[in-house]
Amino acid sequence: MNNQLPGALSIGIKRGGLEIKQFFRQKESVVFTLLFPLILLAIFGSVFSETIAPNVTFSQYFVAGMIASALVNTGFQQIAIFIPIERDLGALKRLRGTPMPASSYFIGKAIVVTVSMVIQVVLLLAAGVAFFGVNLPTAVSKWLLFAALLFLGSLVSTILGVAFSSVPKNARGASAIVSPVVIILQFFSGVFFIFTDLPGWMQQVAAIFPLKWLTQGMRSVFLPEEFATREIVGNWETGRTFAIIGIWLVVGTFLAIRTFKWDRE
Amino acid sequence: MKPVIAVSGLRKSYGALTVVKDLSLTINQGEIFAILGPNGAGKTTTVEILEGFRVADGGSITVLDTDPAIKGAAALAWRNRIGIVLQSTQDTAELTVREALTHFASYYSNPREVEDVITLVGLQEKADDRARTLSGGQRRRLDVGLGIIGRPEVLFLDEPTTGFDPEARRAFWILIKQLKNEGTTILLTTHYLDEAEALADRVAVMSHGEILEVSTPALLGGRASAQATISWREGGIQKSDASDAPTEFVMNLSARLGGEIPELSIHRPTLEDIYLSMIGATHE
Repeated sequence: MNNQLPGALSIGIKRGGLEIKQFFRQKESVVFTLLFPLILLAIFGSVFSETIAPNVTFSQYFVAGMIASALVNTGFQQIAIFIPIERDLGALKRLRGTPMPASSYFIGKAIVVTVSMVIQVVLLLAAGVAFFGVNLPTAVSKWLLFAALLFLGSLVSTILGVAFSSVPKNARGASAIVSPVVIILQFFSGVFFIFTDLPGWMQQVAAIFPLKWLTQGMRSVFLPEEFATREIVGNWETGRTFAIIGIWLVVGTFLAIRTFKWDRE
Repeated sequence: MKPVIAVSGLRKSYGALTVVKDLSLTINQGEIFAILGPNGAGKTTTVEILEGFRVADGGSITVLDTDPAIKGAAALAWRNRIGIVLQSTQDTAELTVREALTHFASYYSNPREVEDVITLVGLQEKADDRARTLSGGQRRRLDVGLGIIGRPEVLFLDEPTTGFDPEARRAFWILIKQLKNEGTTILLTTHYLDEAEALADRVAVMSHGEILEVSTPALLGGRASAQATISWREGGIQKSDASDAPTEFVMNLSARLGGEIPELSIHRPTLEDIYLSMIGATHE
């Protein structure tokens, strides 16, 4: 008899496929996670059509912020809402009772986050270019920076989502807590408004969290180099952005491992 | 025979509240063993310790020669050999029966054939339907299917037929007996005394964290030797009497009444009567 258990990675990849299947079969999650940001883009892009700096439309500024938000929506928000739902439904306890390695569960989550994140970013870029005259960067260095921000941003967002998933008592509490947290963070971080127009205290609160830095990082990708002088300190602060994301990665991983709960009690 | 589950001196408290005190039991290979008891008796805590979901405060516990509290790769190897059917789960709602079983089969070293399990749990006609469209009984059958897909040596069944109609319950019992015939050891918790009677080789009655008695359903609480109640109609009045020798009692009665006894019935205590008298004695 074969007693060799399947490997964690191979089960994790199967879980990823399963998670994607379940994601797309839940119409609410598809609409909420993938379509809602496009609707926001359509509204804001149509209402605020002015130019905020030479060669920079509000739409251009807004698309950069929405792409940073996409990392939060598909990572933090999706994970922090769906893990409590799975916990309430008994899915996590059932998995705990099987020989599935815990790491396979998180590999599956990382796969579904990556797929939904890539879809959302592509949709936002396509809509931005097609309807709101958004210019894409031409330099290879900008695209490399973009890829690094997407990868690390998505990772930190997902890990913080796992850590936050232990905060709500139940699934209903999860959507009630997580969505307002994300929306407030978006307002504070300069997604919906020009960051430098915000009150100083809001800017300082925002600077604690990764979204502000991801938003600024995305501006450094999509806005002309001259716009850097209009940022708070007069440059893009790329090094500091990665340092702060790195700190949150360490803190988030520690919290996620320490607090994760498979069961409701 | 070496026991599949062996527990001695199991203790568990939550803060000042002692939930299980000094519990011991052994369950043999191929046995269906039922734990009965009112809510709060400590059944769930005991079973969850055996399933490795909770850790005991003390005592020696082995399930398949393994302490369920083990961690790491050894824990996964142990979980490869057990199956757990939890109470009322609603997950995998967007997956079809076949998809869910196929996926869970991939966790195990030597799973059953998915199609065999679909047939075993009687979901052939629902195999390509999403789990959320299943009725309560069908959903429970899927849960059992997910519990046995890894070919477990020990199966834990927690309140498996809650909410079933009588027909579905009887169909479910046939499935459980079939698993027993294949050599699976089954630990069952249930609120239904008729279920314990129909399925269990032995039952344990738990109350206040202790086992009151372990016996076969037929012998529990001195049931086999308990007095029978004979009731009949005589002179327009309903009468009843208890007797250790009901046959003799009825023959005498028949002689006295001149043959046929109107509305005769002889009632032996059911498992439920015995259970309630045992629980009643401790639940004042």
